[in-house]
Amino acid sequence: MNLILFTFIVLLGFTSYYFGRKKAYTIQSTKKRLTALPQFYGYYLAIWCAIPAFIIFSLWAIFEPTIVKLLILSDYSNQGYLDDELNLLYEKSKALSRGQFTGEITPFIEASAEKYLSLRSIAQSSKVVIVLSAIIASVAYAYKRISSNSRTREPVEKFLNAVLFTASLAAILTTVGIVFSLIFQTIDFFKVIPLFDFVFGTHWYPAKAFVRDSSEALDPTMYSDTFGAVPIFAGTFFIAFIAMCVAIPIGLMSGIYLAEYASTKVRQYAKPLIEILAGIPTVVYGFFAALTVGPFLKELGTSMGLEVSAESALAAGGVMGIMIIPFISSLSDDVITSVPQSLRDGSYAMGATKSETIKRVIFPAALPGIVGSILLGVSRAIGETMIVVMASGLAANLTLNPLESTSTITAQIVVILIGDQAFGDPKTQAAFALGMSLFLVTLCLNIVALRVVKKYREKYE
Amino acid sequence: MNKNKEQLLNKRYKAEQRFRLYGLSAIFMALLFLTIFIFKIFSTGYSAFQKTWLIVPVTFDAELMMLDQNPSKEDLQDADYYDIALKSMADLDPNANEDQENELKRMVSYFFEKEIKNELLNDPNLIGKTKEVYLTASDDLDQVFKGNYPRDLPEDQRRVSDYQLKIFDQLVANGKVESKFNISFFTNADSREAELAGIASSFMGSIFSILVCLMIAFPVAVLAAIYLEEFAPKNRFTDFIEVNINNLAAVPSIVFGLLGLGVLLAIFHLPRSTPLVGGITLSLMTLPTIIIAARASLKAVPPSIREAALAMGASRMQTTMHHTVPLSMPGTLSGTIIGLAQALGETAPLILIGMVAFVNTIPGSPMDPAASLPVQIYIWAESAERGFVEKVSACIMVLLGFLIIMNLFAQIIRHKFEKKWS
Repeated sequence: MNLILFTFIVLLGFTSYYFGRKKAYTIQSTKKRLTALPQFYGYYLAIWCAIPAFIIFSLWAIFEPTIVKLLILSDYSNQGYLDDELNLLYEKSKALSRGQFTGEITPFIEASAEKYLSLRSIAQSSKVVIVLSAIIASVAYAYKRISSNSRTREPVEKFLNAVLFTASLAAILTTVGIVFSLIFQTIDFFKVIPLFDFVFGTHWYPAKAFVRDSSEALDPTMYSDTFGAVPIFAGTFFIAFIAMCVAIPIGLMSGIYLAEYASTKVRQYAKPLIEILAGIPTVVYGFFAALTVGPFLKELGTSMGLEVSAESALAAGGVMGIMIIPFISSLSDDVITSVPQSLRDGSYAMGATKSETIKRVIFPAALPGIVGSILLGVSRAIGETMIVVMASGLAANLTLNPLESTSTITAQIVVILIGDQAFGDPKTQAAFALGMSLFLVTLCLNIVALRVVKKYREKYE
Repeated sequence: MNKNKEQLLNKRYKAEQRFRLYGLSAIFMALLFLTIFIFKIFSTGYSAFQKTWLIVPVTFDAELMMLDQNPSKEDLQDADYYDIALKSMADLDPNANEDQENELKRMVSYFFEKEIKNELLNDPNLIGKTKEVYLTASDDLDQVFKGNYPRDLPEDQRRVSDYQLKIFDQLVANGKVESKFNISFFTNADSREAELAGIASSFMGSIFSILVCLMIAFPVAVLAAIYLEEFAPKNRFTDFIEVNINNLAAVPSIVFGLLGLGVLLAIFHLPRSTPLVGGITLSLMTLPTIIIAARASLKAVPPSIREAALAMGASRMQTTMHHTVPLSMPGTLSGTIIGLAQALGETAPLILIGMVAFVNTIPGSPMDPAASLPVQIYIWAESAERGFVEKVSACIMVLLGFLIIMNLFAQIIRHKFEKKWS
C-alpha cells in the first residue's frame, strides 16, 4: 500500500514536470517573455507536487503507530495496569490481528485486535485522502503561480540549495548519532558501576556478570571487581605500542627513501605496492596472525626455551604494525616532499651529504607532519578490531610480557556483543562504556593529529 | 691533518651509504611482508577450488527404495534412498562389520543420500541397475587426498581412522577417487560441514550491503560535497561540519557498529542480521571518504570554467550542476569505488549488528538475514575443523579478487576520464 502510494507520488511529480514545461511553452507562444527557462517551470510544479506530499507521508509513517497505540490503550486506562503490562497487551493484540498470536486469547485482547485492525484501515484510507488533497491543493497553487508568469528559477534554486545544505548535515548527524548511541548506555552503566572502579579497577571478568539470575534484583555490590578496565586499557596501549615499534621504523624509513632517494621508476612501483598493505581487509590480517604468525612465534620461542602463548600480544601487535606501515610511509612521504627545495639546496651548498641533510634539516622541518602521521597511526592501532579479536587473547590479563596474551578494548566489545544482547544488562552497557572511552581517546588523537598536520601545511604553503 | 680529514669524509660517506641501505631495507621488508602474505594465502587456498569425489557403484534396488512398478515422478521424490545409499557404501568392503560399515558411511558427506537421489531423478531408467555415482568425500578425506592431512599422527588423535584410510587408499589405487573443480563452493550457502560449505550466501550478503551502502552514501556525500565546496559561506558552522567530516573519517569502524546496534536496532527496530542494517552502518562509515574525494575533485576543476559559465549568464546553481559537477565526476566516482572497497572489507561493525549468525540459506533481498564475505572469513577461521582452513584462504582470495577489480576500475576511471588541467 505504502509502496503504491509512494510510486504514485513519484509518477505525479514527473507528470507535473511535463505539464509545467508545457505551460511555459504556451506562455511563450503568446509572445510573452518567460521569467526563466521552460524546464524551471516544470521543476517548480514538480517540487510543489511531490514535496508536501512526501512530508505528510513521512510524518504519517512516524506518528501513526504511536497514535494507534494511544487510542487502543485508552481502553485500559484507569484499570491499574503497569506500563510494561500495557505494552505487552498492545503487542499481543497486534500479533493477534496479524494471525501470529499463539498464546491464550482473552476477550479483551480480541476486542483490542479488532480495534487495531479498524484503526489501521481508517488510518490507511485517511492517509491516501489527505496526501492526495495536499497534492491537489499545492499543485493548484503552483500552477496559478506559473500561469501568472511569476519567478520560478529563484524558488527552485533555493530549494536545491536547501537540499544540498541538508545533505551536508549528515556528517554532524552521524557524530550526534554516535554520541547519542553511546552516552545513554554509558550513563546507565556508571549508575551501577562507580566510575572510579571502572577506571582504576584491575580485574575484568564480564563473564561473571552473566551468571546472574534474571529474577534477582540488581545488586551493585556483586559487580565490584568485575568491571575494572585497567587491564583492558593497558592491553590496548601495549599492543598499539608493539605495532608502532614495527610500523614507525619501517614506515618512516621507507617514506624517507621514497621521497629522497628513490628514482621515479622505483617510486612509481614501490609506492602503490606498499599501499596494497593498507587495502587488505583487517580480517585477512587477523587470519594471517592467528594461523601463521602466532604458531610460528610459539615454535620459535619453544626452540629457544621460552614460553610463548599461541595468542601472544607480539603476534597481534606485529601484524597490526605491518598493517600500519603504509599509513606512516605515505603520509611522511607527502610531508617530506612538501619541504621546500630551498632548504635542501642550502644544506647541500654547505657541503652536507644527503643523509646529513635529511637528518639535520629535512627531518626537523617535517617533524610536525611526521608526528601527526604517527598519531593517526596510533589511533588506527587503538581502534583496530579484527586482528586482536582473532589473534590475541580474549581474557583480560594485566601483563607487560609481549609473549603472553592480553586483550584490548575493541576485542572486549566484540566478545561481549557477539550473539544476542540484552539491553539494560550491565555487561552490554560495559561494552558501550568501552566504546565511549575508545571514541574519546581516538577523537583526541585525531583532533591533535589533524591540527598538527594542518599547522604544518600552512607553514610551507 | 689531511689524513684525518679524509678519514672523516670516508666516515661520512659510509654513514650516507648505511642510511640509504636502511631506507632500502625498510621498503624491502614491507614488500617482503606483502609477498609472504600473498604466498601464504594462495598456497593454502588454491586447493579449496578442487573438491574430492568418491566414485561408488550404487545399485538402485526398487525394493529397498520402497518403490512399486512404474513409479511416477512424485514416487521417486518421496522414495527412501537412505538404505541403498548405506548399502552402496557398505559394499565397498564386503567383510565389514557393523562398526566398520558406520565408518564407511562417514567417508562421504551426509549429503550422499541426496546426491544418489538426484542421480535417479535425472535418469529414472536406472531402477534395478547399477551405476557408478560421484559422492562428495568427507572434508577429512578431501584433505587427505590433497595431502594436507597429518596421516602420521597416532590414530586416536585424528578424525580419520586407519580403516577409513585403508579403504580410501584402495579406492585411490583403483582410480575411484577423483578431484574436480569445486562448483559448490560458489553455489552453496554456509554449512557446518566443511565439504559442503560455500560462499553464495555471504557473497549475496556482501552485494546487498554494498548496494544499500552505495544508494545511501553516494547521493548524500556528493550533495554534501557540492554544498561545502561551491555554496557554503565560510563561517564557524561550515568549519564545524568540516572538522566533523575529518574526524569521522578516522573514527574506528567498531564505533559505527555500536551506532548501528544502539540506534538502528535498539531504537528504530530494523531487522537484525540483515544487509539492510549492515549497508546503512557501512554507508555512515564511507560517507566521509566519499565527501573528501568529491570535494578534492570539485576543487580540481579550474575556476576559469565557473567564470566562463557565469559570464554567459548562468546562475551559480546552473554553473555547478551543468559544468563543475560533471567535470568532477571521474574523481568522485573513483573515490566512491575506493570507499566501497573499504566497506566491502569491513568486518567489525557487521559483527556487532548480528551479521555473524549462521545462515544456511541464500538471501534474496536486503531484508533477509545474511553474512558477508569478510564475516564469513571470520566465522570459518574460528571453527576448528581442518577443512575450513583452506576454505578461509579461498574466501580471502575471492574477496581480494573483488578488491583488486574495484581498485583497478577506480584507477581506470581516474586515468581515462579525468581531464588534466594545466
